[in-house]
Order: sequence, then C-alpha cells, then structure tokens
Amino acid sequence: MENWSLFSLCVLLGLTSRWAVSFHSYSGAGKPPMFGDYEAQRHWQEVTYNLPVHEWYFNTTNNDLNYWGLDYPPLTAYHSLVCAYVAKLLNPEWVELHASRGYESHSHKLFMRATVLFTDILIYIPAVLLYCFYFCDGSSKQKVATALCILLYPGLILIDYGHFQYNSVSLGLALWGILGLGLGWDLFGSLAFTLALNYKQMELYHSLPFFCYLLGKCIKQGLIGRGFFQLAKISLTVLVTFALCWMPFLSDPKQPLQVLHRLFPFGRGLFEDKVANTWCSLNVLIKIKTLLSRETQLFLSFALTLLFILPSSLKLLSKPNLWQFKLALVNSSLAFFLFSFQVHEKSILLAALPVCLVINEIPLIAIWFLLTSTFSMLPLLVKDGLLLPYVVTSLAFLFLSLYLLSALERSTEEELRLGLYRKLTRHWLPKLNLSRIIKWKFWFSLVAMAALSFTSVWLEPPAKFPDLFPVLVSILSFLHFLGFIIYFNLVQLMEPQRKKSQKKTN
Amino acid sequence: TVMAAPMTNDQSWFYALALGVSFLKCLLINTICCKCLREDKGKDLLGKPSFILTVLLLWNFGLLIVDHIHFQYNGFLFGVLLLSIARHCQNRHFEGAFLFSVLLNLKHIYLYIAPAYGIYLLRCFCFTQSNADGSLQWRSFSVVRLVILGTIVLSTFAVSFGPFIALGQLPQVLSRLFPFKRGLCHAYWAPNIWALYNIADKAFSILGVKFRLLDINKLPKASMTGGLVQEFQHSVLPSVSPLATLVCTLLSILPALFKIWHRPNGARGFLRCLVICALGSFMFGWHVHEKAIMMAILPLSLLAVDSRKDAGIFLMLSVTSHYSLFPLLFTTQELPIKIFLMLLFTIFSLASLKTLFRKGGALLNPLEVTYLLGLIPLELICEFVYPLTVWQKTFPFLPLMLTSVYCALGVTYAFIRLYISLLTCSDTTKKTKMQ
Repeated sequence: MENWSLFSLCVLLGLTSRWAVSFHSYSGAGKPPMFGDYEAQRHWQEVTYNLPVHEWYFNTTNNDLNYWGLDYPPLTAYHSLVCAYVAKLLNPEWVELHASRGYESHSHKLFMRATVLFTDILIYIPAVLLYCFYFCDGSSKQKVATALCILLYPGLILIDYGHFQYNSVSLGLALWGILGLGLGWDLFGSLAFTLALNYKQMELYHSLPFFCYLLGKCIKQGLIGRGFFQLAKISLTVLVTFALCWMPFLSDPKQPLQVLHRLFPFGRGLFEDKVANTWCSLNVLIKIKTLLSRETQLFLSFALTLLFILPSSLKLLSKPNLWQFKLALVNSSLAFFLFSFQVHEKSILLAALPVCLVINEIPLIAIWFLLTSTFSMLPLLVKDGLLLPYVVTSLAFLFLSLYLLSALERSTEEELRLGLYRKLTRHWLPKLNLSRIIKWKFWFSLVAMAALSFTSVWLEPPAKFPDLFPVLVSILSFLHFLGFIIYFNLVQLMEPQRKKSQKKTN
Repeated sequence: TVMAAPMTNDQSWFYALALGVSFLKCLLINTICCKCLREDKGKDLLGKPSFILTVLLLWNFGLLIVDHIHFQYNGFLFGVLLLSIARHCQNRHFEGAFLFSVLLNLKHIYLYIAPAYGIYLLRCFCFTQSNADGSLQWRSFSVVRLVILGTIVLSTFAVSFGPFIALGQLPQVLSRLFPFKRGLCHAYWAPNIWALYNIADKAFSILGVKFRLLDINKLPKASMTGGLVQEFQHSVLPSVSPLATLVCTLLSILPALFKIWHRPNGARGFLRCLVICALGSFMFGWHVHEKAIMMAILPLSLLAVDSRKDAGIFLMLSVTSHYSLFPLLFTTQELPIKIFLMLLFTIFSLASLKTLFRKGGALLNPLEVTYLLGLIPLELICEFVYPLTVWQKTFPFLPLMLTSVYCALGVTYAFIRLYISLLTCSDTTKKTKMQ
C-alpha cells in the first residue's frame, strides 16, 4: 500500500482512539468543592481572561490561589487566555469570574476536549510523524509502524484525553526540540525546547541533556572560533525566548519571584500521594518524611538525583550524537522522577517520551517500560473512572506494538544490548540464556501488572490497610523503574550503538 | 435514539461485553469465509486478499457505527449470513440452508434475499446436474434433496413460531413484523428510488404552483418533510401503495433470478444475485431503513476482493451508503468519530483494493471520483454551514433531504452497474475457484 495511505491510516487510528477516550470521565467530575485538573484548566481560562496580567500569580480578592492557583509558567497562561477567548464566543458562562466555578456541562466538556485535540493535531502529532519519517531506520512500513505505536501510547492518551491535561503541548514542543537538534537546526531546536520549558516547568527534567548535547557539539566544533559563536547564538536564542515569554512579568521585580514561588513549591514536602518513586516507596518501610528534617530531605534528594544524572550527562557531553542524546533524556528524566522533590505520578510521561523514541531500536524493553508507566498511573486512572479505556488502550498497545515491531523476535542478546550483563555473568553462569530470561521476566511482569490491576479494582482492601492496592502498584512500578534506570544507564554508558545505524548520528 | 440517562459504569461494561461477544462471532465466521478465497503465497500481509477482506468486513464503517454506537446486534446476524454463504461456497448446502432459516427467524429483513436462496438452491442443488452448456437438465431433479431442504426450513420456522401459533397469536405477530402503517419512507429518507420519487414530486408541485398549473389549496399539506413517521400522499405524482412497492421490487429482482436459473454461475453467481436482491429490495421496498444497505455491502465485499469490476462497484456503493448513514449519529460529540472512522474505512478500502488490482488501470472512472469527492462539500454544508444559517429553523429537514437524494443517485448507479455485470458475465462454472 502506498505511503500516504499508510501514514494517514496511522494518524486516523491515533485520532480515533484519542477521541474515543475523551468520551469518558475527567478528573474531578462531579466532585465539589475542589473537583480536579479539568476544573483547574477551566479556572485558569477564567482567571486569565478576566484579570490583568499582574494579578494572575498573586493572591488577591479576585484570585484565590488556594483554589487551583496558576502553577505553570506563563505560556500555559497565554494558552488558557486564547482558549478563554474562544470559550467566551461560544458561551460566556464558561468563563464568568467567580460565577463559573465548578461549571460542568456536556457542551463545555466537548469544548475542552476539542481544545486538547486541536493542540495535539497542531503540535504533537506532526512532530511524531516527522520524527518517524526522518529518524527511523528501516522500510517505510517500519516507519509507519513506529509512528502508530508512538501515537497509541496509552499513558499520554489517558492523561490528556481522560484525566485532562495538555501534556501533548509541552511534550510535543520538546519533541520538536529533539527534531531540530537531530536535523542540525540547533537554534530552532533550542527555541522549541525553551518554549516547552516555558509551558511546563517539569521539562527541566529534560534540560540537562539538551544543555550537554549542545555544549558538547559546540566544544567539538572548537571552543575558540565556530563553536563559541554557535554557543553564543544558542544562548542568545534561549535568553530572548525567555524574555519574550516573561515580558509582561518583567516590569516589577516582585512578579518573576512570585511566579517562581508558584512554580517550585518547596514548601509542599518530599512527595504527595502515592508515586512510584524512591521516597514514597522507602516511606513504606521507614517513615523518612517524618524522620528526616526538611533540609536533609532536600539534600538527599539533590544528591541522589545528581548521582544518577551526572554519568549520563558527561557521556553525552563527550559524545554528542542522537542516540546518546535520546538515552540521556531517558536517564535524566527517570532519575528526576525517581529521586526528585514533589514528583507527581504524571511526570512519568516525561520519561515515556524519550523511551518512545527508542522503541524502534530496543522494542521489547521500550514496550515493557511504556506499559509499566501506564500501569503506574492506575490509581489515578481508577479514581477518574477511566478503567475501561485503560484496559482497552493498554491491551491494544501491547498486541499491536509486539506484532508490528516484531519485539519478541528481535530479542537476541545483541539486540537487547545485554553486553554488560553478559560480561558480569560470564564467570559464574556462562550458560545462562539472558535473552530467554528477559522474555520470561517480561511476561511475568505483565501477568503481575494485570493481576494487580484486576485485584485493585474488584477486591476490597483489608480494613487495616485501606491504601494497600495503590501502595502495591507504586512499589511494583518503582522496582521496575529502578531496573529500567540501571539498564538504560548501562546501555548508554557501555554499549556502542549498532554499526548499521551509525551513519544516522550527527 | 435519545439516551434517557447517562449509563452507569456497570451498564457500559455489560454492553461492551455483549458486543464483544458478537464481534468475536463475526471474527470466527470471517476466518471461514477467507478460506474460500484464492490465495497468492508470498505476498505480504497488507496485500493478501484474505487480510483485506477481513478488514473490510470487520471494520465496515456501517457495522461499526450501527452496532457499537447506534446500537443493534447486526454483527452477530451478519456473521450468521456470512457463514451461511460460506457453507454454500463449500457445497455444504444443508448447513447453509439451515443457517439461513435461523437467520430469517432472527430478523425478517433477510426476506429481501430469500428469493436468491430459493432459486439458487432449487436450481443448483435440487437439480443435481447441468448440461454441458450450463442449461437445465430436467431429469436430474432430486426429490429427496427438496424434501430434506423443506424439512429443515419448516422445522426451523415451527420451532420459532410454534408457541405463538399454539397461542393463536400469529396474526398479531405478523402485523408487528410487517407494519404497513408506517409510511413509504422512514423519518429520514433512505437513499432509494422513493427518495428520488419524493423529490421529483416536490419539485413538480413547486413548479406547478409557480406556473399556476396547480391550486396551492388543493395540495395536501407537506407532511413528508415533517420528519415524522406516518402515512402521506404525494401531491403531483401518483401515491405509492405497499402493493406497488412489492410489485416494483419483484420486477427489479426477476431478471437476476431468471439469469441464475438459466445460467447459474456457481457460488459467485449466487452471491451476485444475492447482492442484487438485497439492493433491489432496498431500492424499491416499503419503509426501508437506510441501515438495510449493509445487507448489500457486506456480501459485496466478498466479491470485491476477487474481481476488478466488482471492486469499483463496491467502492462506489460503500462510500455512498456509509455517508448516507451519517445522520444516524447526530450529536456533536460523535462528529469527529464518524468522520475519522469514515475516512479510515474509505482510505483503507481505496488503497488496498487499488494495490490488489494495480494491473489494469484505475478502479474508478473520473465521473465516479467527482461524485465521491462531492460528498466532502456536501458534508461541510450539511453539518457545518447550514446550522449557522437562517434556514435551519424554517427548513430543518433540508440537509437530510439533500443527503438522501445525493446518495440515492450513487446507490442507483451502483445498482445498474451490478445488474449489467450480472447479465453480461459469462459462464465460468468450470473455472471458478470458489468451490
């Protein structure tokens, strides 16, 4: 079949699954007084439309920061403003100051879902298609298969079209940044990534790899001469972009400080709710939240995060090519997810995006990671009433990606990059079939995740431990993520990229 | 259909399960059907006729939106129909006949295609042999086979209707099954001949009033366009009675029946006749629902992966009739779904059939392509532009009327082309590979 038809079928399937999920409930539906993320987004439209810019991030009589105050950078606020203008055209009641709190209606839900679809089609989907077109090895059928698998990644669909957020904007912009850097358009890439950063501050998880890659490239071009000019141009682009985004807030020195205070709430503690990261899991055994002082917690978190990102970033600095860049993105975002402060379970999407980009090179591990990341958000999805879409999209993703990318066939030791594991076990257990072990572990983990999903929905937890199932879900996911971060670090640091695709590096 | 109250989570699970089961059944039937097809070894999956057929049957747009959104159980019924056809292709005629009787007792709309079954079984099964040139050999009539067939059919009907006959409720059951008080057309006109007839009548009446040939007071009130299900009369052209539609339907399918009686073409001829019977009844029937077009499309998919001409007719008919199903989903929330699914199915069927028959030129001629492309502006006008105009309040029925008339043209064209292909096809009983 011709290319254009395959690509359009792929996009249509992605769009259909997205809109089908959007039929379901959203976060905080029908749950006054606070509702959920959906109401937060609606509230931001109300605030940005009705109040002047200098009041957006401040606690005033008109703007109660305790009721979903803005806690994303200015670009989110501008986006909400644009949506608010459209909302005002369709139905002014949706953005009435104060009066529209907790507004819920069928047509409003349609409008909100439509805004997500619109930005998705504009930003994220073209980025995915271009990525697969330019940077995927193999025949055009392989490229379309990769694009389809990335578009059908359940985690992003469920959070954006179910729970309700605009992750496709920030992740899409970050992907445009990666595209730009991959094609050698450094300025465009930096611009795109800076915009992503100004949309959601969580993109800082990706910032170190971007920095190291660009710095490494400039160093390679010679720090005195071309490299220096390139570095200067990139820095200028970043600074100008920041200035443009923050322009309305630069008039008064109090403004940027308040915005930063809203973006990085260190007062909120090490973690909130159940998250599949180290601190939450450790808290089950030893109550570190209460045991250690806030300063010690901050220090520990900082130290461990640094410990896990430094090797990967330094390797990227020395070898700035696309493969190292993608793996560094994975490692950096996973490290931040596991060890950083105030991490939300949705932040796993920041690690899922770069893993999607390596799905063609290491299909089995990537698919495993992506399924685990969706599973780790199960308590959130169940709370939002998204169980049916969760089951359907995960199963569809599992079967389609295993089949289309031949994940189980491409699982020899070399393809799974188990070189270091082989070296470690060579002395004690030379006859070990590592590839078979990995496959068994994969199936076993899938069964465990399925079983836990089933029990957490259908069984009642014992009265002594009402939070048993969410805790089990986070601990299981945490153990998986720990394994993944070690694996991806080893692959980035030790394994050479396969010779076939070395010509794609730049 | 209007939802009384939003469904609870448990209810939606139940419906999901129920439809999943019917879907699986469809899947099972499908695999059997595909065994009847000619297979080229070594082709990649996307180019294999059986894969294309599977996707065309399972992802049929009409089936998806009618069953899974509008809500009916057609998947299950079409599964039984396809299984019955498959059994006939495999020469297991008793099973095929049994399945068809069961089907008739599940939904009586399949009476549309009963004549095709009847004539085919009589001609090809009860007369065990044909002469060398394909004509009938009267002496080879087998009474045994006729009796067995009769027994199978009658016993199925007996089991199904038995309790009601015993209770003396048969007339009531029949009047529920065949409600002739519902009017010539459904509230939304199915794209058949009567839609064109209605529009011609309306056009004549408007012209007649304009040119003072008719007195406006003597014309019956405009009730056809009121969107209600009721009986009405035409203003200028003669009114149509149920008997007239029956006669027209029979006249339309008689040539096809005669053709397979005279020169049966094996299973392929039977299938073609079946499609024509379904289409003929759709075109001329009384109170036809636009969903009935699927009875013609699904068997036509079987023919489409086998021959170029049929693929062209299939594309024309399927795109037109799928578009005519759009008014079934009228809420804004379903708008993206129906557009995405329609595009998915259309692009897939176009691209895959084009690849399958890439030797031999284009599947659709420029006129057909123009007609199909005309659906896009039609959709834009009906769903996006028209609701914003003044006329939405005064003539709310206009977009539906436009849709059904435009589609009726396409369906009629496909019908004529199918007929021509049936009447002009040569006898290939010996060469057919469907056995």
